[in-house]
Amino acid sequence: MEKFTVLDGLVAPLDRPNVDTDAIIPKQFLKSIKRSGFGPNLFDEWRYLDHGEPGMDNSKRPLNPNFVLNQPRYRGAQILLARENFGCGSSREHAPWALTDFGFRAIVAPSYADIFFNNSFKNGLLPVIMPAAVVDRLFLEAEAMPGFRLTIDLPRQVVVIPGGQEFRFEVDAFRKHNMVEGLDEIGLTLKQSDTIRAFEERHRAAQPWLFV
Amino acid sequence: MQPQTLYDKLWSSHVVSEDADGTALLYIDRHLVHEVTSPQAFEGLKLAGRRPWRIDSVVATADHNTPTRDWDQGIRDPISRTQVETLDANIREYGAKAYFPFLDARQGIVHVIGPEQGATLPGMTVVCGDSHTSTHGAFAALAFGIGTSEVEHVLATQTLNMKKAKSMLVRVDGALRAGVTAKDVVLAVIGRIGTAGGTGCAIEFAGSVIRGLSMEGRMTLCNMAIEAGARAGMVAADDTTIEYVRGRNFAPKGDHWDRAVAYWRTLKSDEGAIFDKTVVLNGGDIAPQVTWGTSPEMVGSVEGNVPDPARIEDPVKRASLERALHYMGLQPNTPITEIRIDKVFIGSCTNSRIEDLRAAATVVRGRQVAAGVKLAMVVPGSGLVKRQAESEGLDRVFRDAGFEWREPGCSMCLAMNDDRLEPGERCASTSNRNFEGRQGAGGRTHLVSPAMAAAAAIAGRFVDVRKIL
Repeated sequence: MEKFTVLDGLVAPLDRPNVDTDAIIPKQFLKSIKRSGFGPNLFDEWRYLDHGEPGMDNSKRPLNPNFVLNQPRYRGAQILLARENFGCGSSREHAPWALTDFGFRAIVAPSYADIFFNNSFKNGLLPVIMPAAVVDRLFLEAEAMPGFRLTIDLPRQVVVIPGGQEFRFEVDAFRKHNMVEGLDEIGLTLKQSDTIRAFEERHRAAQPWLFV
Repeated sequence: MQPQTLYDKLWSSHVVSEDADGTALLYIDRHLVHEVTSPQAFEGLKLAGRRPWRIDSVVATADHNTPTRDWDQGIRDPISRTQVETLDANIREYGAKAYFPFLDARQGIVHVIGPEQGATLPGMTVVCGDSHTSTHGAFAALAFGIGTSEVEHVLATQTLNMKKAKSMLVRVDGALRAGVTAKDVVLAVIGRIGTAGGTGCAIEFAGSVIRGLSMEGRMTLCNMAIEAGARAGMVAADDTTIEYVRGRNFAPKGDHWDRAVAYWRTLKSDEGAIFDKTVVLNGGDIAPQVTWGTSPEMVGSVEGNVPDPARIEDPVKRASLERALHYMGLQPNTPITEIRIDKVFIGSCTNSRIEDLRAAATVVRGRQVAAGVKLAMVVPGSGLVKRQAESEGLDRVFRDAGFEWREPGCSMCLAMNDDRLEPGERCASTSNRNFEGRQGAGGRTHLVSPAMAAAAAIAGRFVDVRKIL
C-alpha cells in the first residue's frame, strides 16, 4: 500500500448526503477481475449523459457539464469534500479503487458508512471525519474560491485550511500506523501465526463441530 | 460477572488477541465466497505466494452474474462468464468445504444457501465480501460484510483486525397485524432510525414480534440491518433457530449436535445487559411499508402519501427529498396507492426463501397480473427453494397468473445480469436497495414485502395487501 503522510491537494465538493457505492461505481463495472482501471467510470451515471458499459471508449462519451468533477476548476482534485453517510450500501471495494484510480487520496466528510470507511484505509484513501459545521464551512469556501486547497497531515492528525487554521481529526492508532508506514496488513497479522494457531486449538476443543 | 449482550458473547468468544488501542484480532469461522468480490483477493494471495489458512471454512457459489433463464445457453455476457470461470478456477486450485457452481442443483444466492446447507450455525463468526452478510445474524451468529482486501486477509490468516462496535437493541413488542411481515418491520425500523441510524453499531433484534418470526423472517430482518447502517444484525437463538438447523447438510451430528445445542441455548443477551442505544417499536402500529424515494429510509405506510418537500425546513434534507422525488418521477402528496408500476421483482437475498414465495403465491392464487404490468418475475433464492416451491405447485400459481418463473440468483436486485429496469421504469421489488440506478440505470425502485409485491402485480399499482387477503 502507498504511504500516506502529508497531502496538499485541490478540493472537489460533492454536495449530496448518503452517496452510495452503487453511485460511486455502478454494478456493470464490478465484472472486472482486476483492481485497477475503475477511475474512468467513477460516478458513471452522474458523470456521463449516456449509459456506460464496460469496454466503452470513455473519452468519446458525452460528459454531464453540471456534474462537479467535470468542471475544469476541479480537474486534478485529490480531496473529495462530501456529506454525511458517504459510501453507504454495498461492500464493494471497487468504490475506493475507483476513487483512488481517479486520483483521490482523501475524503473529508462528517460521517461514512462502516464498510466503505474500512475499505478506504486498506487502499491508501484517507477518510477524514470533520464535524458537520466545519464541513458546511469548507463547502462554502470550496465553492466560492477557485483553486481551494487543503493540507491533510495524517501524522499530526490535522486538516489545515488556507490561512493556516487547523482542525484536528481522530483516527485509530492501528489504522494510522499502517497507512503512514504503508504496511502490508496480512504480513503483519501473520507475525501472530502462533497466537492464531493456539486460539484455533482452544476453539476447536470448545466447539469441535465447527471444524468437521 | 456483568450481564452480557449476545454481541458481547459472540465477540469475546472469537478474540485471538487485542492491542492497547482496542483493536482486536477476531477469528473467523465461516467464509462465504462469491464471484464478484473474490477474484482480486485470490490474485493477491497468489502474488504474495501465500496459501489459505483454513480452506475448509470456505463455502462458495456463483450468484451475482448468473442468468435466470436459458441456462442451457450458459452465460452469454463474456465479462460475466470470465468472472464466474475465475471463481471456478480459484476453487479448483485452492479447494473449499463446498462449492455450488453455476448450473448446480443447489446453487443460489450465497445468503440463502449458507443457512439452507447448515453452513451457517449459531455462535459462528460469518463473513463474506457482501454487505448483506448481516443476514446470517438471524442464527445468533456474528455476521458482517467485508471488502475484498479483508476477503484476502481472511483467506490468508482466518482473522480480521477490528474494533468492537457499539451495541444497539431494537425491540419490537406486541404482535404484528395480519398481512404485516418481517420486511415491513425492518423497513419501519429503518424509517425510524434512518440509513445511518445503526452506523458503528451491531443491532440485536428482540421482543415478542421477533420471537414470533420464523427463521426466514429473521433472515429478512437481519439482512437489512446494513440498510440501517449496521454491519451486523442478530437475533438470539431459541427453539425456532435450533429446529431450523436440525438435520441440515452441514449441521453437527451425533454427540456434537447435543453439545452444540447446549451451547447455542446460551446465545442470548443476559437479563439486565446494557446496550449503548435502544429503540422500541410496537408491532401492532406497523402497517405494510412502501419506499417512495432513493434511500431505504424514504419509506412509509401504504396508507400514506408521498411527502411534500415544502414542509421540510432543513435545506439539505429538502434538497435531498426534491432530488429523490424528481428521480422517482413522483409528485408531492400523491397517495401511495395511486402509484402505478411497470415491473415486479420477487426475489433477492432479502425475500426469496420458501416462506416468501408462499406468501406471494397466497395473494396471486386465482388472479391475473394487471394488463399494464410489463414483467412480473419470481426468482427463487436457490435451486433447492425452487424445487421445494415446484413440489408445492407454487410455480403453477405464478405462471397461471402471468408471472415468469426463473432460475435462482441475485438477478434484478442489482441487475448485474440481464434482468434490469429500463430508464424510467417503476418496479415493486422485494429487494433491499432503492438507490438511483440500482436495478438498472434510470430505474425506479419501490421496496415492499413479497405479499405487497404480489398485490401490486395484480392491481398494477400499490394496494394495501390487508384489503385483498
